[in-house]
Amino acid sequence: MVLRLALRQFPSPSWRSHAWHGRGEGRLLGSALAAFLLAVSVPASAALSQAGTLETVKARGVLNCGVNTGLAGFSAPDDKGEWTGIDADFCRAVAAAIFKDGGRVKFLPLNAKERFTALQSGEVDLLSRNTTWTMSRDTSLGMNFTGVMYYDGQAFMVRKSLGVASVKDLAGASICVQTGTTNEQNLADYFSANGIGYRPVVFERLIEVLAAYNSGRCDAFTTDSSQLVSERTRLPNPDDHVMLPELISKEPLGPVVRQGDAGWANIVRWVHFAMLNAEEYGVSSKNVDQMLSSPNPEIRRLLGLEGDFGKGLGLDNDWAVAVIRAAGNYGESFERNLGSGSRLGLARGRNALWKDGGLQYAPPIR
Amino acid sequence: MEGKKPPGTVGNSAGLPFSWPGLLYDTRVRGAALQVLLLIVLLLIGYEIATNTAANLRKQNIASGFGFLGRTAGFDISQTVIDYKSTSSYARAFWVGFLNTLLVAALGVVLATVLGFLIGLARLSANWLVARLATVYVEVVRNVPLLLQLFVWYVAVLRALPRPQQGLALAGGATFDVRGLHLPRPLFEGGAWWVAAALLLGIALAVGIKIWAGGRQRATGEQFPVAWMSIGLVAGLPLLAFLLAGRPLAFDYPRLGRFNFEGGLTIEPEFMALLFGLAFYTASFIAEIVRSGITGVARGQKEAAAALGLRRSQILRLVVIPQALRLIIPPLTNQYLNLTKNSSLAVAIGYPDLVAVFAGTVLNQTGQAVEVILITMGVYLALSLMTALLMNWFNARMAIIER
Repeated sequence: MVLRLALRQFPSPSWRSHAWHGRGEGRLLGSALAAFLLAVSVPASAALSQAGTLETVKARGVLNCGVNTGLAGFSAPDDKGEWTGIDADFCRAVAAAIFKDGGRVKFLPLNAKERFTALQSGEVDLLSRNTTWTMSRDTSLGMNFTGVMYYDGQAFMVRKSLGVASVKDLAGASICVQTGTTNEQNLADYFSANGIGYRPVVFERLIEVLAAYNSGRCDAFTTDSSQLVSERTRLPNPDDHVMLPELISKEPLGPVVRQGDAGWANIVRWVHFAMLNAEEYGVSSKNVDQMLSSPNPEIRRLLGLEGDFGKGLGLDNDWAVAVIRAAGNYGESFERNLGSGSRLGLARGRNALWKDGGLQYAPPIR
Repeated sequence: MEGKKPPGTVGNSAGLPFSWPGLLYDTRVRGAALQVLLLIVLLLIGYEIATNTAANLRKQNIASGFGFLGRTAGFDISQTVIDYKSTSSYARAFWVGFLNTLLVAALGVVLATVLGFLIGLARLSANWLVARLATVYVEVVRNVPLLLQLFVWYVAVLRALPRPQQGLALAGGATFDVRGLHLPRPLFEGGAWWVAAALLLGIALAVGIKIWAGGRQRATGEQFPVAWMSIGLVAGLPLLAFLLAGRPLAFDYPRLGRFNFEGGLTIEPEFMALLFGLAFYTASFIAEIVRSGITGVARGQKEAAAALGLRRSQILRLVVIPQALRLIIPPLTNQYLNLTKNSSLAVAIGYPDLVAVFAGTVLNQTGQAVEVILITMGVYLALSLMTALLMNWFNARMAIIER
């Protein structure tokens, strides 16, 4: 009776204002849908894991790749609507390894909050979206990281006019941060560890964070340093803003796949390694055709002229040739998107190859 | 009586001899059997969904269960009604989000109702200008999507305010800037509870007087100035207590620190934008409901009241509004439910409501979509059912009691 009494007022007009609505609740709906998919998709996902992601992708004819909604240098649509950036390049490289055609990618822009559910529910085959590798994400979210595309750290940006020299000077400041990121947690950790108070101002999308910072809603903007450099170029007067010297965290950003399909993880991992090895051996998208006649056994193994290395991945032996043609080697992609060839102008720094004193190191193809 | 009805429509209770096939034709037995069957099917489907989900999550190695609620949240929240630190648990973060939703919904309902009644009455006003202005308000506001209105409030209005250093100084030590509205925070000293006690006493006395005056009027026809007495009691008694107790009240004024105003009470712009957006939007619907309710009262009622010599204000208060409320309350309930559910649009402007904090950040950090979404849906369902229940009770009280 009580229930009936309560239910009586429910019908229609409550739907009217809900029919149109935009992003806010669409998100909730998205998450709810993903939760529902997880709940009822036993046959589908069983088929998925039995058939393997590679077979599913081949049958579909296109790789579904989750990328950032717009972060210059990593993944952002350019003026022609083409996705560019080091993460977008990686999607193309994986597609090229499978299809010999880097164009067979469907890019799915995801914000920080949506990304894991999209991967878990099978909406994307690969998440190539500047995502920090952490233990809990690797072990309890049903997914695995396959490598580190970019070694980053969390930094802060403030207005020059504030005269702030260090993060520790930010006591009592309002700080803008994106939700659903490790940045949000690092911020809380760092300030509580140092006994400094602050006021968080949290938004779901990076573009809202930047707008809030720009309007003066907060004193500082914190995110991964590469993202800060990228976002700073979008401010009206980039020179009015400075980055503070501290990096408060380790942010190893890398591609992610669903857990439970080791073969697919191998493909994604070795496409990354192939790009690194290609740089190490001096193979680039420009000289890959000449290199096919190289006598160097390491290069011959990379390009599939010797050995049977593609077979172990379930691909053709010249898979790496297609990768290099489509995306170039790691250094090429870095310089084009983040380094000297881009507006960001980031130095290789920690992301240089190991032989140049950096951290990027790929196991040999042997 | 016995045996007169055709056997197909009567049950065993009609006194026919019992037979097994007879059960097949018994409508009550058939109805009950179908209901039991439906219940079994539903339970099976529910069981299947639950076990499927559990199996799926296990297979994909996604953590499940509600144990995560006890773990450390590790993130901060900008506006909290209860104590919360980044070292608090996810369960605590849930309560913070829930109370933020409740706060904005409750204040929104009050504000929207007051505004809606005023605008609805204004639309019926004999004053041409007032009536037209109210019409324009209703037509504009209810036809623009709420999300857009939230952005207007947040981006165009509250973002356009100056930085804290150039904040607008308001009366009484308050300032208004892009970081929000900074108010002096009242600090109650010892003896303040005398004031609270006086307030309660005032309210109790006012209620008592109303009951007594009603009884007297019914018995003798004499009226008593209840309204003036009530105002005097509810406002005057606490004031008297306040003065007698030696003004036990101080204020913590907001002071400009290096970056922000410190101390005082800060009302965040995200909260204001959401509250205003929800209240002004819903008020436009409530105005229409109020107008239709009042026009729905038969004209003869007003004429009869006028013929009895009641003043205009008395006609409205004693004759029109009580009857209009019957028409107003059911659709008003819908608007309250809408407002509560629409508050989840908070996520678009960064207000930490339940959806943003729990179904957003907590979901993202724990990855436990199924559990988090279940809890969130449960909360909205419970909130809506409770609102509906309350309003139905109110409606039942207001309905015409036939004599």
